[in-house]
Amino acid sequence: MENLQNLKSELMNAVGAAQDLAALEDFRISALGKKGRITAMMKGLGAMDPDQRRATGQALNLIKDEVAAAIEASKRALEDAALDAQLAEQRVDISLPVRPEQDGRIHPISQTIDEMVAILGEMGMTVAEGPNIEDDWHNFTALNIPLDHPARQEHDTFYLPGDVADRKVLRTHTSPVQIRTMMNSEPPFRIIVPGRTYRCDYDATHSPMFHQIEGLWIDEKTHMGHLKGCIIEFCRALFGVDDLPVRFRPSYFPFTEPSAEVDIGCIREDGQFRIGRGDDWMEILGCGMVNPAVLENCGIDSTKYQGFAFGMGVERMAMLKYGIPDLRTFYESDLRWLRHYGFSTLDVPSMVGGLNR
Amino acid sequence: MKFTIGWLKEHLDTQATLDQIVEKLTMVGLEVEKVSDRAKGLESFVVGHVIAARQHPNADRLRVCEVDTGTENVELVCGAPNARTGMKGAFAPGGSYIPGTDITLKPTEIRGVMSNGMLLSEREMGLSDEHDGIIELDANAKTGDRVVDVMGLNDPIIEIAITPNRGDCLGVRGIARDLAAAGIGSLKPLTNGPVPGTFKSPIEVHLNFEEETKSACSQFVGRYIRGVQNGGSPKWLKDKLIAIGLRPISALVDITNLLTMDLGRPLHVFDVAALDGHVQARMAKSGEKLLALNGKEYDLDADMCVIADDRTVEALGGIMGGEASGCTETTTDVFVECAYFDPIRTATTGRKLQIISDARFRFERGVDPAFLETGMEIATRLILDLCGGEPSEVVVAGAEPQWRREITLRPERVQTLGGVDIALEEIERILMVLGFTVGGDNGHLKVSIPSWRSDIVGEACLVEEVVRIYGFDKIPPVPVRPDTALPQDALLADQKRHSQARRLLAKRGMVEAVTYSFLSDADAEMFGGAADSVKLVNPISSDLAVMRPNLLPNLLNAANRNAARGLDAAAIFEVGPQFKGDQPDDQIIVACGIRSRRIGAKHWGQGPRPVDVFDAKADALAVLEDLAAPVDKLQALAVAPAWYHPGRSGALCLGPKNQLAFFGEIHPAILRRMDIKGPVAGFEIFVDGLPRPKNKKSAAKPHLELPQLHTVERDFAFVVGQDVAASAIVGAALGADKSLITDVSVFDVFAGGNLDADKKSVAIAVTLQPRDQTLTDAEIDAIAGKIVANVAKSTGGTLRE
Repeated sequence: MENLQNLKSELMNAVGAAQDLAALEDFRISALGKKGRITAMMKGLGAMDPDQRRATGQALNLIKDEVAAAIEASKRALEDAALDAQLAEQRVDISLPVRPEQDGRIHPISQTIDEMVAILGEMGMTVAEGPNIEDDWHNFTALNIPLDHPARQEHDTFYLPGDVADRKVLRTHTSPVQIRTMMNSEPPFRIIVPGRTYRCDYDATHSPMFHQIEGLWIDEKTHMGHLKGCIIEFCRALFGVDDLPVRFRPSYFPFTEPSAEVDIGCIREDGQFRIGRGDDWMEILGCGMVNPAVLENCGIDSTKYQGFAFGMGVERMAMLKYGIPDLRTFYESDLRWLRHYGFSTLDVPSMVGGLNR
Repeated sequence: MKFTIGWLKEHLDTQATLDQIVEKLTMVGLEVEKVSDRAKGLESFVVGHVIAARQHPNADRLRVCEVDTGTENVELVCGAPNARTGMKGAFAPGGSYIPGTDITLKPTEIRGVMSNGMLLSEREMGLSDEHDGIIELDANAKTGDRVVDVMGLNDPIIEIAITPNRGDCLGVRGIARDLAAAGIGSLKPLTNGPVPGTFKSPIEVHLNFEEETKSACSQFVGRYIRGVQNGGSPKWLKDKLIAIGLRPISALVDITNLLTMDLGRPLHVFDVAALDGHVQARMAKSGEKLLALNGKEYDLDADMCVIADDRTVEALGGIMGGEASGCTETTTDVFVECAYFDPIRTATTGRKLQIISDARFRFERGVDPAFLETGMEIATRLILDLCGGEPSEVVVAGAEPQWRREITLRPERVQTLGGVDIALEEIERILMVLGFTVGGDNGHLKVSIPSWRSDIVGEACLVEEVVRIYGFDKIPPVPVRPDTALPQDALLADQKRHSQARRLLAKRGMVEAVTYSFLSDADAEMFGGAADSVKLVNPISSDLAVMRPNLLPNLLNAANRNAARGLDAAAIFEVGPQFKGDQPDDQIIVACGIRSRRIGAKHWGQGPRPVDVFDAKADALAVLEDLAAPVDKLQALAVAPAWYHPGRSGALCLGPKNQLAFFGEIHPAILRRMDIKGPVAGFEIFVDGLPRPKNKKSAAKPHLELPQLHTVERDFAFVVGQDVAASAIVGAALGADKSLITDVSVFDVFAGGNLDADKKSVAIAVTLQPRDQTLTDAEIDAIAGKIVANVAKSTGGTLRE
C-alpha cells in the first residue's frame, strides 16, 4: 500500500510538472493510456487473491480518478493561459478609424416638401402635380390674370418660342395645377401641389427656378375661417411652435377674393433671428378664397362651390425654419452645403412620428 | 406710395397715434413697408442765432462764433466757410449725440479756445451727404425753437405697398378713406368749389379717334389760364414733395405732382406758347416721334394714344409730357389737361416704350373716371393761388366712361364666405364710409360701386371690403379635418416612387442635389440635344438657355465644381424632370445619379477603388428593385445612348423596347469636353415608366415554404467566346431544371493564361434545392450534364478541363 501512496504522489507531481498541453498529454498517455503505468498495474490485479485484488483495485481506481481530475484541471489552466496569450497577441489599436461608409443626404427642398405634405396630408389633402411647361391659359388666363393685367407683368415670365397667342411659358407658380385638377375631376377638391416654378429674375433673393407648394380646398361650405384654421395649424406644426402668432393681412391676388398675406411672429435680438412669439413679423405666404371667376373658368358652379387656396415658396420656408442664409446655395450642389443642410434618409417626416427627429 | 402723417391728416380728422395708424394701414391691406421718423434723435437741436463770428486767433480756417441758443449765449469754434454773423443755424448743445458722425459732444478746447456745442451740417444731422457748410435756417426762425419743427422734419414719412387693384389708394385721400372706414378718424370733405372762368378758351379740345380706338381717351377736360407767373413753389409744397422723394421743379409742375400724389389725379400743363392751334387726343401715326420730358426721344406707333396740337405730338397720353411744350420759368399762358386714358392701352404703351412715370402707374391701375372736372377745379385754384393768372371756362370733349354699376350683396355671405358674423348696420357703415351707396330690399343689399373702385366686380369683392375693414384678425379660425376619420394616403403611386427613389439613393451613400431645369445649349447637345420648342425666348443667361433633355450634364457640372474645391469623389443624384418637348407628356421624371473618380477613401484597412460601370448598374438595380420592378425578368443589354462609354454601359430592359434605366461610365470624350476628370459612372432611371404595381387585394405576403432538405451546390467553369454575355450562361444554367435550380451566380471570370485569345472562362455556382427527397449522385450528375448541354447549346461554351 505504501507503494501506491508513493505512486500517487509521484504521478501528481508529474501533472504539476507538465508545462504545456503537449507535455501534459504525453504524461496522460504514460500514466492512463493503454500502455500507461496505472493501466499496467490494473492488468496485474488478476494475479492477486480476491481480497488483495479488491483493496488494490479500489486504491488504484481512486488514484486513477484523482490523476485524471488533476490532468483535466491542469489542462484547463494551460488552455486558459494559452488563450490569454493568444488574445494578448491579437490586441489592436482600437483608436483606429472604422472602415469608411457614408450615408447620403436628402436635399432640404425635398425634406421641407415632405414635411409640408405630412402636415397637410393629415388634414385630408392629397398631392397633385402638373407640367412645368404650361400654356398661357392655365398659367394666367384661367387664374383670372388676363393678358394686360398688371399682375402679369410682375410675374417675370420665361417664354418658349411661338406666337404670343399660343406660346408656352415656364409656369410662374404652381397654381395652374389647381386649374388642371378642377378641369379634370369633380369637387370637393383637397389638393397640395409641390413643384418647380420659374421666374425670369436672378439676384441675391431671386432664383430663376424655385419651388412652391400650393393648397386648394373646395367644397360647398368652406369659408375664410377654415382658411385661417388650416394655415394657423400648418404654420405652428411646420415650425414646431405651439403658440406661434399667425397674422392675416388683406392683400390682392387675381385668383382669390378675399385675398390675404400671412405673417408669422419672429424674434430678432442680438443679430439673431428666430421664428416664434416676438415683436416682429415675417411674411411667409399668400392665400385667399378662390375667386368665383377662377371656378367658373374651370366649369365649376361658383354659386354652389367655394373654398380657399394658398401658396408659398418652399425654399423660403426652409430658409426660415432651418436658418439657411442664401437662396442661391440651394441649387449650387456644393457637397459641403448638402451634407450640412441635408437630412438623414431615416428622417422621414410624419405627424405621429414627429416632423423632425 | 409715400406720404407724411401731416399730409394724411389734411384728409383725415383723427387723434390716432403714429403706431395706431401704421398698424391699421397694414391690417386693412395697405402694407406699411417703412416708417421714417426723421425727427428721431434730432430733438435736442435748436435754432441758434450767430450773434458774432470772429476769426479764430490761432487757426486760419476756423471761426469763433457767439451763438444765442434761446436760453443762453455760448461760444463755439466752427470750421464751416458759411458761418457768419447774423445767420441762424442748427445748434447742437454739449452732451447731444450727432448722428452723422456718431459722436456725443463734449466741451472741447480747439486751438486754445473752448468750444461749447456745434453748428451742424446736413450730413452731421444725418439728413443728406451735404457737408460743404453748415445748415442755414430761415432768418425768421425763432431762436431756441426745435430745428426739427423749423425744418419740417417732425412729420414722419410712411411708405406703403399698394396692390395692383387699389389704384384709388395711389393718392393720399384714398388711403385716408380706408382708414376712416376702419375707425381711424373721419374723412374730411373736399372743400374746393368750381372756379368760374372769365373767358372762352381760345384752345379747343377734340377727341379724334376711330370707333375701335376711341376708348383710348374717353374724356378730355381742358382749361386755358393766362397771365401766370411760374416761379418756385412755396415752402409748404416743396417740403411735401421733398418728403416723399420728389424734386420740386416749378410751381406749375409741382402742382400737377401734388394732385397726382394727393388725389391720384395726374394732370399735364402745356405752355401755350409752344402749342400750335387746338389740342386733340388721337392715336399716334407710325413714324411720329416725341422728345419727352425725361429728355429721351421715343418712336411712336399707331397703338399709342397721344395729345397733339394741330402740328405735332405734344405728349404721350397718361404717361409723359413732351419737352417742347413743357412749362418753364418764362411761361405766361398755360393749357391744363385733365383726361381719362384707358388703363390697358396706357400699360401697353408704357411697357413698349419702357417709360415708368407716376402718371402711367396710376392710369394703368385705373384713376377715378368721375373726377376729371373736380380735379381741374382743384388744379385751377392752386395755380391761381401760387402763380396768379386768369382762368378760361372749362372745355370738355367726350364723356366719362361707363363706370356705374350695382352689385347685390347677401349679408349672410359675410359669414358664409368671409367666416365672420358682422352686424348688418356695421356692414352698411363700412360700405358707406368707403364710398359705396347701399340700398336694398328683401334682405339683399343693392350696393352701388363708387367711381374710383373699378376693382369691385362681384359679391366676393364686397365681402372682402367688409371683412378687410372689419379686420381679418376677427375671423375665428375653424380647423379643417379630413372627410374620413383617418387621413388617406397623401401621395399617389408615382409620387411615392419619386420619394422612395430619393431615400434609397441617399441610403446608398449618394447626396441629393436639386439643379436647375435649364442648362446651356452646348451641354444639352452632348446629351441628346434640346428640342427647339424648349429653347427659352428670354433666358437669364446662355448657361440657362434651354430646358434640360437630360439630368446628367447638370450633375456632371456640379461634380466638377466640387472637384474644383477639392472634393473630386462625388456621389450625387437628383430626382427631377427632363423635357423632350413642350407638351405635358414630354416631361418625365428621372432618377439620375453619378459617382465620380472613386469609391471609398484613403484608409488603413481598405483603400479606395475607381468607380466603374458596375457601381452605376448596382445603383440602378437597387432603385428598380426597391420600386418593385420585376428585377428577375430584367435584361442588361449593351444599348446605352451615345453619352455613355460604348463598351461599359447598358440598359436595363423588359424586352428590347422597354428600357427602364441606362447605366454606365460616362463617355470619356464627353468628360474631356466638359473638362471633367474621370472615371464617372452614371445612371438614369425612368421611374415613371416602370410597370405599375398591381392592385393587390391584400397586403398579405405569399406563403413561405421552408424546404426541409439541404441545398446542394455545384461549381462549373465554362470556356466561351469573349463576346458571350455572362447572363446568357446563367440563363442557360437556370433553364436546365427550373424546379430544382434556385440560384446561379457568377464567381469568376478569367481570360488569358492558356486560353485562346478570343476565349474567356466563366465560373458559375449552381444551387440545387431538393424538394421531397435528397438527390442521389446519379440525379445530381444528370442535372449537371443538362446544365453543360444547355450552356453549350446556347453559348457554344465547353466545360473547362
